[in-house]
Formats: sequence, C-alpha cells, structure tokens
Amino acid sequence: MTKRRVVITGMGMLSPLGNSVESSWEGIRAGRSGIGMIDRFDASGYNTRIGGAIKDLDLEPYLSTKDARKLDAFIHYGLIAAQQAVEASGLELYTELDNERVGVAIGSGIGGLEFIEKSVLAMDKSGPRKVSPFFVPASVINMISGNVAIRFGYRGPNIAITTACTTGTHNIGYAARTIAYGDADVMLAGGSEMATTRTGIAAFSAARALSTRNDEPEKASRPWDRERDGFVLSDGAGVMVLEDLEHARRRGATIYGEVIGFGMSDDAHHITAPPESGEGAARAMKNAIRDAGIQPADIGYINAHGTSTQVGDVAEVAAVKQVFSEHADKLAMSSTKSMTGHLLGAAGAVEAIFSVLAIRDGVLPPTINLDNPDEGCDLDFVASGAREADIRIALSNSFGFGGTNGTLIFQRFED
Amino acid sequence: MSTVEERVKKIVCEQLGVKESEVQNSSSFVEDLGADSLDTVELVMALEEEFETEIPDEEAEKLASVQDAIDYIVAHT
Repeated sequence: MTKRRVVITGMGMLSPLGNSVESSWEGIRAGRSGIGMIDRFDASGYNTRIGGAIKDLDLEPYLSTKDARKLDAFIHYGLIAAQQAVEASGLELYTELDNERVGVAIGSGIGGLEFIEKSVLAMDKSGPRKVSPFFVPASVINMISGNVAIRFGYRGPNIAITTACTTGTHNIGYAARTIAYGDADVMLAGGSEMATTRTGIAAFSAARALSTRNDEPEKASRPWDRERDGFVLSDGAGVMVLEDLEHARRRGATIYGEVIGFGMSDDAHHITAPPESGEGAARAMKNAIRDAGIQPADIGYINAHGTSTQVGDVAEVAAVKQVFSEHADKLAMSSTKSMTGHLLGAAGAVEAIFSVLAIRDGVLPPTINLDNPDEGCDLDFVASGAREADIRIALSNSFGFGGTNGTLIFQRFED
Repeated sequence: MSTVEERVKKIVCEQLGVKESEVQNSSSFVEDLGADSLDTVELVMALEEEFETEIPDEEAEKLASVQDAIDYIVAHT
C-alpha cells in the first residue's frame, strides 16, 4: 500500500497572542509575550499568579449564550479554532464534499476543569441535585470532536487522543495517518486547553512546575536561560484541516504545507520528568524522520517543546544533539512557548501551525527572554528576534507527563 | 417585586435561550421552545434555585409548559 500524501488546507487558532492564526503569528514574529497576571479568579493566595489567557474573545459569532453555558471553556476554544480552520479551508463551499469521509481528532490534555470545579463546589454546598445534567457533555475530552461533528455534519472517524502535553501533536499525527491510510479524505485535527483555573494553577504549582516570576510576567517563560524557573500555564486552541492531496487538488484548495512525518515514543522513566539524556525524545524524532523518508540534515528548523523547565530544556538539547550530530549546529531551534506560555494539550497544535507558517513565510520564530543560555544549551535558538531564513522542512516536538513523546515533520508543498 | 409569572418566564428565557416575545403561558418547553430532555432538567434546577424550593423528580416530569411551572410554583411556595 502506498501512503497517500497529506496536506494542510486550513488553520485556526486562539492563543494568548491573539484570537486568530494571523494575529498570533504576528505576535510571534514581533517577539511579543502573551503572558500576564491571572484575572479569571482571585490568585492572590497563590505562589504563581501569572498565566497566558485568551483575551477579549467574543463568543457571540460562534455560539449562542444557551449553547455556550452548556460547554466548558476548553470546548468553546476548540470549537472556535475548528470553525476558523474550516472557514479558511473553503470546505463549506465545496458542494461535492462527502461528509462521511470527513473526520475530527481534537483533544485536550485535561478537559473541562473549570466546569468540574464549579459542579463539585455546588454539590458540596447544596447536595447532588445541584449537579447540572450537562456536567458530563460539558467537561469530557472528546466533546470538541463531538460538537464539531454535529455542527458541520462530519460523519467520518471521530476521536480525541489525550496524552497530556503531547495531545495536539498526537492528534495531528494520528489524523494524518488516518488520511494516508485511506480512512478519511479530510480531518480536522488539533488540541484545546483551558486549565488556568483555581485547581489547575494550584496543582501545577504544587508539582513545582510553574514559574513564580510574578513581578515580570512577560519575562517568566525563558527556555534555556540560566534564570528559568518553570513553565507558564496558558490557554488556547489550534486546529488544522488536513486533507488528502488529490482531494485538495480536485477542489482547488489553498495548500499551506505538507505533513511528511510522524513519530512517537515513551521515556519509560518517570511520571513527570524526562531522563537527562533526552533518549525518549530522540527516538520520537528518529521515528518521525524515518517515517518522512528524509535525512536529519534535511531539517532546517525545530519548533522545540522548550517549556522553560530545568530538566526538560536541557534534555531536549541533548536529544537534538544525539539525533542530528554535527547538523545540530547548523539548524535553528526555537521555543514559541517563550511567547505563548505552555498550552498543554493545545501546545502541539499551535506549534505545528507556527512551524507551517515559518516555512510559508521564510521566518524563524524567535526564543525571547534567552539572555544567558544555560550550560550545555548552545544551539542556535534564534535568541535575537525573528529571522528570515529559507526553510523547506521543519520539525515540531511535544513531550508529556507519562513520558510520552511526539514529533511531527512538515514540508513546504511542492508538486 | 415581580410576579411568579414574570420570574418563571425570565428563567425560561435565560435557560432556553429564547426571547421574551416567544414565551407564552401555553408554550411547551419541548414542542415550542426547543428544549431537549437535558435542558428541561436544568430548567427545573433553575426554578428550584429562584424560588428556593425542591421539586421532586416525579413532579418535575409533569411540568411540560410555562403554565405548568407557574401553577406548580404558586401551589407550592
């Protein structure tokens, strides 16, 4: 069986940098931070009081008040990103679209945390009769995929992979395989997250995972910098429309790029920390490179997982050196999390989109706040602002709790 | 102070996302106002909250229209 080629024909995004793909990308190119003080709840008693929130979002064009109330915010975000992606793809204008051949794979790392919190508090205060009948459909993880199918009538494969911070990457990789294998012609794929809630911040803070640089929120996410002190938790969503190349051609779709490789692995090491060697991450990259049928030296840019944690940042550099040997000094690797913060289950999806845009526009996203690289962190991190570069192939990494790793490889579309 | 009827209609509008002009006393939640089975459960919860009462499930199932809800509230509060 020959694998069918899979191209990207639409993208949608909500991020702390903007409520669209283009506004977020403009923020990335400008090296702007989307991090600020948490205002969704009173965080005054918290060690960490900063996060990356979605700002000034008008739900009205996308969701009625009645429907919005029945869904947790992570579903709002995922649905909106999906709708943006569908609109960008022109799919709705294609009268010959076979909805049974269109599927959805949009996950979340955590799901409807805010809805769960509110329900538990109501139940604790006033008893079980105060739990909403919408509790389950409002908060379980596959309900972005479910709602997208209902909204657009997409009756093909419907799934939501959940693998912590690797969620977005795994959903896109899985969706691409679904098309390559012939089970669908079009897939909406990505991830969404809204975990900057009372419990979410408290829990990641208790795990000592979060930056406490509360007096300088914009400088808190600083991958590979000596002064880094943890990641910044952020909200948002990213969705790609993936499509069989022949299908995209038939309808004359705009093609943003091609998915050429997907690789997975696990560290089998520790519930939250990677091994210092980055061995598991390296295997995910190698598997993706093999899947793509390319050589490591073909890769010009890596969008790193790069969360700004002590161990993770160094392990990823070690992994890249292991995979790329001397080519590691020639390629560029940056962390867009230095600007967006860490969107957990949405991270892989928004970073996949930034990787495709880097190829499209010939621009390497910068790593901001990298003032003094830590020991052993000596790659080209694009630390002095976005830079023009002719990139043909880009790789995007995601690593999650449970030691789960995922890598995607994108290529400029060429006939 | 609003009447029971006004307060019931206000809750119906909020919960079912319908305009005040669409809500008649005879309106059926399911047939006329587009509620599904989960919506009606939540509507009853909102009525309980507003009128500080508890509506037993077997009674709640009988509340099919705006007038049913008004009558129940008037008789039980």
